[in-house]
Formats: sequence, structure tokens, C-alpha cells
Amino acid sequence: MITTDNLVTLALTVLEALAILVPVLICVAYATYAERRVLAAMQWRKGPNVVGPFGLLQPFADAAKMLLKETIIPTGANRVLFLAGPMLTFILAMVAWAVIPVNNHWAIADINVGVLYLFAISSLGVYGIIIAGWASNSKYAFLGALRSAAQMVSYEVSMGFVIVCVLLCVGSLNLNAIVLAQRHVWFCLPLFPMFIIFFISTLAETGRAPFDLPEGESEIVAGFFVEYSSMSFGLFFLGEYANMFLMSSLTTILFLGGWLPPLPFAPFTWVPGPLWFLLKVFFCIFMFFWVRATFPRYRYDQLMRLGWKVFLPTSLVWLVLTASVLYGFHLLPHAQV
Amino acid sequence: MSRLDRAARSLFLGELLAGMRLTFKSLFKPKVTINYPYEKGPMSPRFRGEHALRRYPNGEERCIACKLCEAICPALAITIEAEPREDGSRRTTRYDIDMTKCIYCGLCEEACPVDAIVEGPNFEFSTETREELMYNKDKLLANGDRWEPMLAKRLELDAPYR
Repeated sequence: MITTDNLVTLALTVLEALAILVPVLICVAYATYAERRVLAAMQWRKGPNVVGPFGLLQPFADAAKMLLKETIIPTGANRVLFLAGPMLTFILAMVAWAVIPVNNHWAIADINVGVLYLFAISSLGVYGIIIAGWASNSKYAFLGALRSAAQMVSYEVSMGFVIVCVLLCVGSLNLNAIVLAQRHVWFCLPLFPMFIIFFISTLAETGRAPFDLPEGESEIVAGFFVEYSSMSFGLFFLGEYANMFLMSSLTTILFLGGWLPPLPFAPFTWVPGPLWFLLKVFFCIFMFFWVRATFPRYRYDQLMRLGWKVFLPTSLVWLVLTASVLYGFHLLPHAQV
Repeated sequence: MSRLDRAARSLFLGELLAGMRLTFKSLFKPKVTINYPYEKGPMSPRFRGEHALRRYPNGEERCIACKLCEAICPALAITIEAEPREDGSRRTTRYDIDMTKCIYCGLCEEACPVDAIVEGPNFEFSTETREELMYNKDKLLANGDRWEPMLAKRLELDAPYR
């Protein structure tokens, strides 16, 4: 039954979705520009500075180029899956934004299992990559997809334990409640080692340098998206950067106090919450670029060793420690919604 | 003690942080980029770019068709045909350089007894078709006329070292 009520709800939902997706896509477009400028500056270069003032129109030039190019589908490829891969990656990167609160209760879906939802969506992200790698019918793409799958699975384990540490301190899976629990102190201070592990794991999870083995240019050309061109390549690219923003928002929400100002008094409280949120996310994104400019790529066995033999035990020990401290000092939070 | 030191360094990410400090400092370093189409890098007077056939100040072409350049050219890029002119002087009727064969070694320039064929400072002569890179005598003489002030300057600067 289509009633006016239904239509209004539908229109509102679409507007809400647009209100979050359009800024995300603009941020993503400019992240590609910012990354090139930051990397260039750290290598004593200038980076793109010709298209528009300071090269600010570069993202649009890139987008126009990608849209106008031909989509080449290799002869041996599975056509349907080949095109479904990038779409899946992009859609999953966008869908996750539904639960991200940019201000108090400013989320499209303020659900009380937000963390689980995010975790599920980010795990599904592997499928887009595996499908792309397999459907391309190319050895480089396949190798890239295998690496990517193994890498994401390994780092999700330690990421999971880190998140559980935070959840122990909050007593809720609601992202909004997690931020509100940091009113007094951001979790990056008491859980500092976990914060570092989480940040490094997000680097691995999004396939960024120094863990960009799935697309290791010097070994397997471009990894899982070697065979892609034009907008199907563009969707992977957008998906990767959207995932970076997603992981940065997650870091912000879990450890950097979301939209909360750093100190709860005058000059800091004047700045509106969403702006604080944005600033913190941009800081995390800058860290991504900074790390990329600094470190060479890991070898695959080093990557696995770091994930399973360093991060997993450390996060487990810290989990037990957190639980013991909370229990021993009677600090366990009571469920608050 | 050294093991403890190493362990502490790796536990507190000492080397990693030192590396990140370095890259952060380079963020504010002056940039070394040359904005190419608008700015160009410095160039030696010996730079071997596009060829040119020079003339004497009175407009007479220098080349006397001795074919030393043709003989020395390791890539066989130069083709010369010559005949005596009406006034009895020996001149080329054909002087072609296949720029796609040329390896820009500068031996033609060194072989030339009258400084007629030279490699100039121009390196921006890419073309859209292959045919345009088959230079004939007219093209080379036109190059010479176009670049003569710079060519003379370069020869003068390089003369003490020849």
C-alpha cells in the first residue's frame, strides 16, 4: 500500500541518505587530491597544481576522464561477476555509513548493534575483491584477491578484540553510546596500545601502505583490479577511499571521542560537533597518507607474523587486563542506552 | 642491556616514529619540482638536441658537402647528395636526417670542419606523424635560421674546451 505517510518516510530516508553520501563522496574525491599533494610534499615535490587554482579541480578532471573511457571486459572474464565486483565493493563502502553518528543521534540508523553491523559490512567487503579477482581470469588479479582475503581475515581478528576492549568499557554496542561514554576521557588514552593496534589494523584492513600487498605494484601489477578500466576501476578506487574514511570514522568514534570536543569548556564547545568529528576524521586520513609516505611495503610473511603473532596475543592480553581492571575496581559499566 | 634497548625500541616503535618525524619535516621543505612547460631546467652549451644547418653571416650556407657527417654517423641517419653549383662551389642538393634513426651522439657536429651541422638546444620537437621527423635540407636550414643566436652563443661558450 502506497500512502502519503509511506511516501514521506521514503523521501525523508532518501534525503537523509543523500545528506550523508554526498559529503562522503566529496570528501573521497578530495582525499585523492589531498593524498597526492601530501605525498608529493613529503617527497619534496609539488603534486597536481595545474587544473584549476592549486589544482583543486583535479578530482573532477579525473572523474571526467574515468567516465569517458571505455570499459574493457577481458575475453576470458566472467562478464556478470566482473562487473558485479566493483559495484559490490562500492555499495558496501557506502552502506556502512548508515550507522555512523556525526553528532549526538545524527545517524540514519541509530541501531543498538552498530558495531556488529559495521563489522559485518567490512567483512563482506572481501567478497567484492574476491569476485573481482576470480572473475578477471588473470593470475595477477587472482593472486591479489587471495592475498587480500587472507590479509583481511587475519587483521579482523585482532581488530575484533580491540573493539571488544572498548565495548567492555562502554557496555553497549551502540555507536552513539560509545561516543557518549567518552565524555570524561577519550578511550585513546586509557587504551593507548589498543588505539595503535587498531590504527595499524585499519591500514591492513583497507589495504593501504605499508600493507598494500593485494595491489603490490612491483610484484603483481595492480593486484585484484589489474583488468579493470574506466568507471569499474573508478568504483574500486572510490570504494577504497570510502573505506578509508569509514575506518577513520570508526577510529574516531571508538577512540577519539566522536563529535565531542577535546576539553569540555568554552572555546572548544563553541565548535559544533560535526566539525569536531570531521576534523578528527581528517586527522586520521592524514595519518594514512603520512604512513604511506614513510614506510615501505611489508613482505607477506611479515604481514602474517605481525597479524597473528604480535597483534593477536597483545590484544588478547590487553582484553584480559581491561576486563580484570574493570572487574577488580568495580568499574564495569551498567547497560545504558 | 643492548637487547633490552632493542626490545624497548621495537615495543615503543622508536624507528617507525623517527621515520615519521623525518617525513613530517620534509612536508615543509622547499620543493624541487620544476613546473616544466612554464619553467625549464638549466642546460649545458653542449646539450645535443634538434639538428640545424648554419649559415655564414652573409647568408651563404656553411655546408660544403664533404659528407664527413654522413660517413661518421653511426646510425646511418644522414643522407647527402652533392653537385657543383653554377658559381663552381660545391654544395649539397640533398641533406636529409632521419630523426627517428638519430641517436643524438653529436658525432656529425664534431666531424663537421665548418661548423655547419650542429645539434641545438631545442628538445621540444615531437610530432604527430613519423613523416614529419624525416628532416630535409629546407627544414634544417630553417632550424639554423631560427636558433642561430643561441647556436653561436653555445659554440662560443664551448670553444675554450674544444
